[in-house]
Amino acid sequence: MTIRKYLVLLVVIVCAACGDVSLARGMKAFGAVTLANLPTLYTALLNPWVGLGILLLIGFFVSYLSALSWADLTYVLPATSLSYILMVLLAKFFLHEHVTVWRWLGVALIVTGVGFVASGPEATPGAHRHNRIETVYGPVGALGEAADSGVEP
Amino acid sequence: MNHLAVWGGIAAVVIASTVGDILQSRAMKEIGDLGLVRKSEGLGAVIRRVTTNTRFMIGLAFMAVGFFCLLVTLSWGDVSIVGPASASLTFLANALVAHIYLKENVDRRRWMAALCIAGGVALLAQ
Repeated sequence: MTIRKYLVLLVVIVCAACGDVSLARGMKAFGAVTLANLPTLYTALLNPWVGLGILLLIGFFVSYLSALSWADLTYVLPATSLSYILMVLLAKFFLHEHVTVWRWLGVALIVTGVGFVASGPEATPGAHRHNRIETVYGPVGALGEAADSGVEP
Repeated sequence: MNHLAVWGGIAAVVIASTVGDILQSRAMKEIGDLGLVRKSEGLGAVIRRVTTNTRFMIGLAFMAVGFFCLLVTLSWGDVSIVGPASASLTFLANALVAHIYLKENVDRRRWMAALCIAGGVALLAQ
């Protein structure tokens, strides 16, 4: 794993947690969504916290796709579940919500789960396009070199 | 709304979300490392490759269906059951289908991770 890949996973974790917390804060200001105020739901977009939340969740989706392009789904999902822990911490210290003992136990279980995958490889050999190319032709600097050669890896 | 409808809704969320995740993962495996594609062909090529991939777009549609099912199911049952149950079961379903369909090497370590995290997510709602 390179530093760039660790950074992508970090962006997934931070954007997912901060995006959800921003949306939660913005929607609390809007109030409960009911059939009566459904047509005015678009005005929630004018709330800066909702706007920030949407931007962060777009960042989450882009970095999540990037991670899936070089790592297994069964690696990315557990590794990025650290966002649940960040969310609990933000809920406690930023939204001032009460965090029960059960929730801390849940945090401990998630940390244990992340520990299991973090100690293993991020991808199944040959499962991704770039490492199929590397398996057959050796390391390549850019995908274009193998793809443009007209040879199907 | 009775329990059967709530659990039927949870099942719909899990199935749609899992199909969405799996198809998107398969699409990104086909496209290759986005960082390398961007370096060699530019950002435009990354956007074009992702948005013209049929599996990716179908996966996106399933994720939207999953989200809609979640909203409907949340209106039927308690959020403390629907939220964690659908998130935990989606974790486990993803591990199973990734092993069967994506041929990922889901060894004992990854199964333990999936079980721990599914349990942890369920506890977060307590």
